[in-house]
Amino acid sequence: MSRPGDADSSITRASGHLHRFLTEAWRLQPLYVSLYAILLSLLIGGVLISLIGVNPLTAYWALLRGMVGDGERLAGSLARSVPFIGSALALALPFRAGLFNIGAEGQLLAGGLTAAYVGALSWMSDLPGGIAIPLIIIAGTMGGAVWGGIPGVLRTKTGAHEVISTIMLNSVVLFAARWMVGSRDPVVLRDTESTVPRTDPISDTAVLPELVDSQPVLHTGLFALLGLCFVVAFMLNRTNFGFEIATVGLNPHAAHYSGMNVNRVIVLAMAAAGACAGLAAASEISGTNGHFQPGTFFLMGFDGIAIALLARTKPVAVIAAALLWGSMLSGAPLMQQEADMSIDVVRIIQALVLLFVAADAVVRYLFRVHEQGQSPFRATSVEGAA
Amino acid sequence: MANSVLEVDNVTKTFPGVVANEDVSLTLNEGEIHCLLGENGAGKSTLVNMVFGLYRPDRGTIRVRGQDAHFEDSGDAIARGIGMVHQHFQLIPVFTVAENIILGNEVTKGALLDLAAARRQIHALAERYGLAVDPDATVGDLSVGEQQRVELVKALFRDADILILDEPTAVLTPGEVDDFFGVVQSLTQQGKSIIFITHKLREVLAVADRITVLRAGRVVGSTTAEGTTQQSLANLMVGRDVVFQVEKTTAQPGAAAMQTRGLRVQDDRGLETVTGLDMEVRSGEIFGIAGVEGNGQRELVEAVCGMRPATGGRVEMLGRDTTDWNPRRVNELGVAHIPENRSKHGVVAQYSIADNLVLNRYSQTKFSRRGVRNTSAIDTEAAALMEQFDVRATGASAALSTLSGGNQQKVVVARELTGDLRILVVAQPTRGLDVGSIEFIHRQIIELRDRGAAVLLVSAELDEIMALSDRIGVMYRGRLAATVDAADATREELGLLMATGSSSATDREQQ
Repeated sequence: MSRPGDADSSITRASGHLHRFLTEAWRLQPLYVSLYAILLSLLIGGVLISLIGVNPLTAYWALLRGMVGDGERLAGSLARSVPFIGSALALALPFRAGLFNIGAEGQLLAGGLTAAYVGALSWMSDLPGGIAIPLIIIAGTMGGAVWGGIPGVLRTKTGAHEVISTIMLNSVVLFAARWMVGSRDPVVLRDTESTVPRTDPISDTAVLPELVDSQPVLHTGLFALLGLCFVVAFMLNRTNFGFEIATVGLNPHAAHYSGMNVNRVIVLAMAAAGACAGLAAASEISGTNGHFQPGTFFLMGFDGIAIALLARTKPVAVIAAALLWGSMLSGAPLMQQEADMSIDVVRIIQALVLLFVAADAVVRYLFRVHEQGQSPFRATSVEGAA
Repeated sequence: MANSVLEVDNVTKTFPGVVANEDVSLTLNEGEIHCLLGENGAGKSTLVNMVFGLYRPDRGTIRVRGQDAHFEDSGDAIARGIGMVHQHFQLIPVFTVAENIILGNEVTKGALLDLAAARRQIHALAERYGLAVDPDATVGDLSVGEQQRVELVKALFRDADILILDEPTAVLTPGEVDDFFGVVQSLTQQGKSIIFITHKLREVLAVADRITVLRAGRVVGSTTAEGTTQQSLANLMVGRDVVFQVEKTTAQPGAAAMQTRGLRVQDDRGLETVTGLDMEVRSGEIFGIAGVEGNGQRELVEAVCGMRPATGGRVEMLGRDTTDWNPRRVNELGVAHIPENRSKHGVVAQYSIADNLVLNRYSQTKFSRRGVRNTSAIDTEAAALMEQFDVRATGASAALSTLSGGNQQKVVVARELTGDLRILVVAQPTRGLDVGSIEFIHRQIIELRDRGAAVLLVSAELDEIMALSDRIGVMYRGRLAATVDAADATREELGLLMATGSSSATDREQQ
């Protein structure tokens, strides 16, 4: 009966080394749970793959090469990841105010639809790119902000919980968008010359410059979303508005007592969340698609929830989590091609990651991670986080 | 006397980083009231929680009627005849008295509750010990004093003969306290033994047979009520000489700084608890509001400070109509507010001390520029305030939650008493604090008055009201039943006003 004990102590020792490495080399202590969750999910995924009769190392090797095997694949992975940054920030930002925004899916659609509409306006082609591009991006951002702000207003005026209202608003905008883009009679936003339901193509002047001709195309929207992460981090950690957001999240009664306008903070935080999603959508419309199709953003908002939780809702960590998420999706086809594994395996691994991040007690127990400093709600000071 | 029912023998209990009890010994004799006295954090609760089986001692033994007790949980303690009435009642408001009493110890007939039998037993108990309770009343409708009686009956229903009462008088009016002492004495006459936890010295001397004083987890003194005085008990508790009387000069009141006219305010449930209140607080005076909790004091304070809308009437401060102003605007007029519920309103526990010290001033140009926080200015301010207000902590970046209650309250006081203050609204400023912190905070309030500020003081502690106030208004059912000069007020008169809203016995008879 000494075996379990041995295994136990070797896990403890190994995770001890890993702890020290992560703490000293990367200062990643707050992200322990996330890193272990990824590790654990890959292990379980490996078991799953070998059960099907494929060598998991072969499959993972193909996946890895699919993700970062050469320059073009790396660029494709980056491109795939970019919009996830925005949809993850849409959860991470209001999370600091104690709000759980499940509405990134809908906010992406609202932002994408607005961006595509503005981008296809006839006078857009008369504008230089230096004006047309900011216009389409701002339009998409505003569209997302409005759609995100609505549940904030509903929450403050009627007490409707944002989880419920954002889920409902996801459906509203999804079916509205399908109808607007799909209907031939009457024609609302449909490109009547196209056989598939989509909007008119946007003006050439409103297209974001391309960086790498990868699959999908890597465009300058990358910089917009990377920049957004740092802006959001700065806003949350260094500004008065960030202080108000954190106070409302930690103790709304104290926020009210100390003169903060709690309702205003809630509405603005939700609108800012929608803006993040809207910016991501606009960057995709402008840089990748050139028109709006409802299916483009399918699951992108819900993946954003997973990514934000994996990043423990820290805006800068969102970059890493989004890159991992997007590149796994982007690398999966090569795994399917070479190891004959369905790309759904990647989806399963991702679901496991989210499961372990959510049920973090499992990870803490297995890897002896202590609770301190883990919750995004437990920063000693607003300066402490991110 | 020598017949001991409970012996705590050299018990030590440590929590990570804290020795909560060290070699504590205590003997409870049959039929006696044994007072456990000590400041907050002295280890009183740890000690009784071990006796009640909620904690296990690291060292030492607890004996019940001569037999070693190794309690795994409170169920074991209850089985050995120990009952505990917690400071915060463990009752379910929507259940009836009878349902609450039998909860966990249900009287059943087959698979069904036998409420009729339970009712009979409760009646018998109530009669025997003089504890008037109505088994069919819903607990949520009862007064605090009645709920406490329900807790007592609940313990007796489980055949407890050792009763632990944790700060039982904290929630009672002076009149209810007297009734309660009567009940306690009738319990001991029938052989029950009682451990009575308190930090109110007057009560200790009134009811205790014996007194054990704890300080910093150790027993620092053991005495009888006859053999001691309030002064010597206080000195024992604190470990140094305590100045009892709050020293203050006669007030030099100026013009009215705060007035309400026919103010009406609703509570969270939409019930009107301030019902047309007229009040005037002058600069340079402390206006105390006495009253049993729940007579509208909380809503009054929140309405005056802009946290709660008035449904009628007016609030005027410093010559401005501030009736529907928001808290920020009221604050910027020069009104500070030390809230009643520190952890709910006063602080963000997860924040650093520094962030808590600027909780309402972070947006001033001193602490931020164009919306970006100036953390070095915040830290400098925090260090200065911590020094000035004697906040004991490792540093300004320590999380507020790591501080003791007294130091947390000092953080709130420091934040609120800085700046150009004209009016201070302060509710329960010393609730749950130790003697040392109380002295400090009282001194700060009086200094502020002497600098010409108007102070509105709301407190459930009549002693505090009487010691600090220059004038006292008694709040009863949402209005001031009377306003008296503090110099002329007596406890009895105020107690009567608090309980009945009227000061003369004839008025009472007419009601």
